[in-house]
Amino acid sequence: MWELRHRGGGGPGPGGEAAAPPREGEAAGGDHETESTSDKETDIDDRYGDLDSRTDSDIPEIPPSLDRTPEILKKALSGLSSRWKNWWIRGILTLTMISLFFLIIYMGSFMLMLLVLSIQVKCFHEIITIGYRVYHSYDLPWFRTLSWYFLLCVNYFFYGETVADYFATFVQREEQLQFLIRYHRFISFALYLAGFCMFVLSLVKKHYRLQFYMFAWTHVTLLITVTQSHLVIQNLFEGMIWFLVPISSVICNDIAAYIFGFFFGRTPLIKLSPKKTWEGFIGGFFSTVIFGFIAAYLLSKYQYFVCPVEYRSDVNSFVTECEPSELFQLQSYSLPPFLKAVLRRESVSMYPFQIHSIALSTFASLIGPFGGFFASGFKRAFKIKDFANTIPGHGGIMDRFDCQYLMATFVHVYITSFIRGPNPSKVLQQLLVLQPEQQLNIYKTLKTHLIEKGILQPTLKV
Amino acid sequence: MTKEGCLSRGLRSGLCHRLPHSLLWSSTLHSRACFLHIFRPGPIKRAAHKESESEAKADGETASDSESRVEAATLPPSADDTPEVLNRALSNLSSRWKNWWVRGILTLAMIAFFFIIIYLGPMVLMMIVMCVQIKCFHEIITIGYNVYHSYDLPWFRTLSWYFLLCVNYFFYGETVTDYFFTLVQREEPLRILSKYHRFISFTLYLTGFCMFVLSLVKKHYRLQFYMFGWTHVTLLIVVTQSHLVIHNLFEGMIWFIVPISCVICNDIMAYMFGFFFGRTPLIKLSPKKTWEGFIGGFFATVVFGLLLSYVMSGYRCFVCPVEYNNDTNSFTVDCEPSGLFRLQEYNIPGVIQSIIGWKTVRMYPFQIHSIALSTFASLIGPFGGFFASGFKRAFKIKDFANTIPGHGGIMDRFDCQYLMATFVNVYIASFIRGPNPSKLVQQFLTLRPDQQLHIFNTLKSHLTDKGMLTAATEDK
Repeated sequence: MWELRHRGGGGPGPGGEAAAPPREGEAAGGDHETESTSDKETDIDDRYGDLDSRTDSDIPEIPPSLDRTPEILKKALSGLSSRWKNWWIRGILTLTMISLFFLIIYMGSFMLMLLVLSIQVKCFHEIITIGYRVYHSYDLPWFRTLSWYFLLCVNYFFYGETVADYFATFVQREEQLQFLIRYHRFISFALYLAGFCMFVLSLVKKHYRLQFYMFAWTHVTLLITVTQSHLVIQNLFEGMIWFLVPISSVICNDIAAYIFGFFFGRTPLIKLSPKKTWEGFIGGFFSTVIFGFIAAYLLSKYQYFVCPVEYRSDVNSFVTECEPSELFQLQSYSLPPFLKAVLRRESVSMYPFQIHSIALSTFASLIGPFGGFFASGFKRAFKIKDFANTIPGHGGIMDRFDCQYLMATFVHVYITSFIRGPNPSKVLQQLLVLQPEQQLNIYKTLKTHLIEKGILQPTLKV
Repeated sequence: MTKEGCLSRGLRSGLCHRLPHSLLWSSTLHSRACFLHIFRPGPIKRAAHKESESEAKADGETASDSESRVEAATLPPSADDTPEVLNRALSNLSSRWKNWWVRGILTLAMIAFFFIIIYLGPMVLMMIVMCVQIKCFHEIITIGYNVYHSYDLPWFRTLSWYFLLCVNYFFYGETVTDYFFTLVQREEPLRILSKYHRFISFTLYLTGFCMFVLSLVKKHYRLQFYMFGWTHVTLLIVVTQSHLVIHNLFEGMIWFIVPISCVICNDIMAYMFGFFFGRTPLIKLSPKKTWEGFIGGFFATVVFGLLLSYVMSGYRCFVCPVEYNNDTNSFTVDCEPSGLFRLQEYNIPGVIQSIIGWKTVRMYPFQIHSIALSTFASLIGPFGGFFASGFKRAFKIKDFANTIPGHGGIMDRFDCQYLMATFVNVYIASFIRGPNPSKLVQQFLTLRPDQQLHIFNTLKSHLTDKGMLTAATEDK
């Protein structure tokens, strides 16, 4: 009877709950002997590849990895009942993560960059492991190597672009680095091609479909995790505040929506996540906006957070020291009349950045949850409870970062559209790559322009 | 009924897949088990199939039920599209020669079509590239639907096309902004669209993403995620390649024509060399390819590339970058050819001197680059073909579609081009030209004054170091 279900996955889906007879046995028995022509494949591909057309309920659940709660915590909380114990574990881990976050912020932007990189690698690992389990393809020839190789290639490409932009002065000094930077795209492409050719050469007769699935799975994962993490790093280099405020807004929205839902929750929000409620959603929205507003106010004062990260060749380290841009200088805004009556003040002095933070918080609370729903749908589709069991009580790293997924892209697009124009160091770097005649032409054009604008005083001497 | 008997009967029925559906059913009513073993009906026959299902339901199983149990189920391509006129003209030839003739005629037709389009100019070429891209996308997505039986998934067809639209909008917006800067600045709505282009594209994409999340239906999560992943990978492959092709085109039509012709030439040459001399198989994936064909194709393609670039470098219309002329409001390809396209004398190395008897030879520098392009086309291009072959074997399809009679789908023709466009683009960016100077000036003008000053001073010191800038030039 199970056959009727999977015909046309979009059909009314009758009787999805009836147990499916183990089709592997039937297929394996009947078809093994007649394998002769090169075009036919044995049932391995069909057995697992056919997972495609079956509806969700046919797929057996993938058991999560073992519980990794440390022994210490278990002993300390052994006296409590199971429900409170779970709460305590979650609470302690939350506080640990938050303090780790503060510690890393204190240590500076370079450490933050390393942290982002390790999170990205771990997320990639988690998603790829799910892929292996779904397709039982852990033993596919070459595949684990190839997945990590592709991760390396794409990271090399992106980091090369970032490093070249921001560390132009550092790079100019070293000859080998110059060569690498100049032909960076070509080298990255050659590396990727090598991986592609290895993939094609590694195609094994009986496992074509699985191998293509894993190839696509790897690429989609790379698209999701690696591009997001690089946008995060680009935001970070713009100024740590562009990294901190969005991430804290998302975390605050998570927590506030949970608390509001806990106390006031009644109307369910979406079938995907039955625990989310409209009250939590709206309450979370307002608290996140207020939180973002206050956090922006607090952070805008410090040069450490506000200045773009630069590499100074003299000190050979990263510095965040600058003249804060107007975005981070207090300005007086006259209040609209009804607020005047409420607050009884004529005007209020705010940082312009706080207005941007309202936009960021709004996105974090309205669209950010869709990233969470996407991850929930993904977990339900593949019948896993958590992405992994890295963090006791919370699940995998990916579970913590699923809502951040869209936020980083939004912040990056926001910055490029509304805040700043192109990156000055990138413009400079591209200028230096041009042909000398072109450089001279541009020099003359720029000089005329700058003199017109009064930025440059015309001089008679060089 | 033995398996072998099934096979032969099935194969015979397969050859007649153009026959009306009822004929197919009646022939297999006697051997339903065979039919069910061999064939899984394609999309076109699915509708007709459903009507006949009622008879089969009595038995408790229908054709599509056992499809998945079948080891050799294939998705037969859609009905043969050979035009009637060709069919009649070639009706007296035997089946094998008829296939040859159909392929040959269609090849010539495609090549003639290619020449006409080149004659019509870059704008039309751009349109053609876009149409090819949409058709390729359609073919691959249709395969996805067939594989996952997800033709009826809620919203999914709409969402796939919507994502295609978004990504195309994003890429075309970036191209248009770069190349038609002056045109865009004049029109107010275009200016706003281009200034906030990334934001608008991102918003459009987000809308699609949210629609996807809201459209997740309880029993079909996995299928929907699969189709989502399938769509994105297809977009990654098809749309990015086509935009790189258009970038190359704007660099100069020769950068579009020479690579594509090299790949086509390599296909044809490797086939001919393999036909006449082929003995050692090349790769298990494509049993028809041979080492002799591979190597012969390599040398033939390099020679072809040299000749072709020699011929084309003489004409301005191929060599000049495409520009939009404000005054005439059209595209012009008129310029002073760059150093790459001016004849230069090269000393022949001693080895070849003795053979040819010439001391020097006059060549365009571009011909040297064309050697690199042809080498890539013949050595790495075939991997794109192997990838597509593996894909077809993985999903048990013979061709991507049946758009071109005798050749298969559009994707079948373009699978080797897949990597070529990216390579040419990376090659141009790395070895030929640097960044676009006018674009840099535009970017410079949008910076803050202190950033402008900083860049200006750095450039000044750089030029002074290089000796390009002296007091004399400074005063001009």
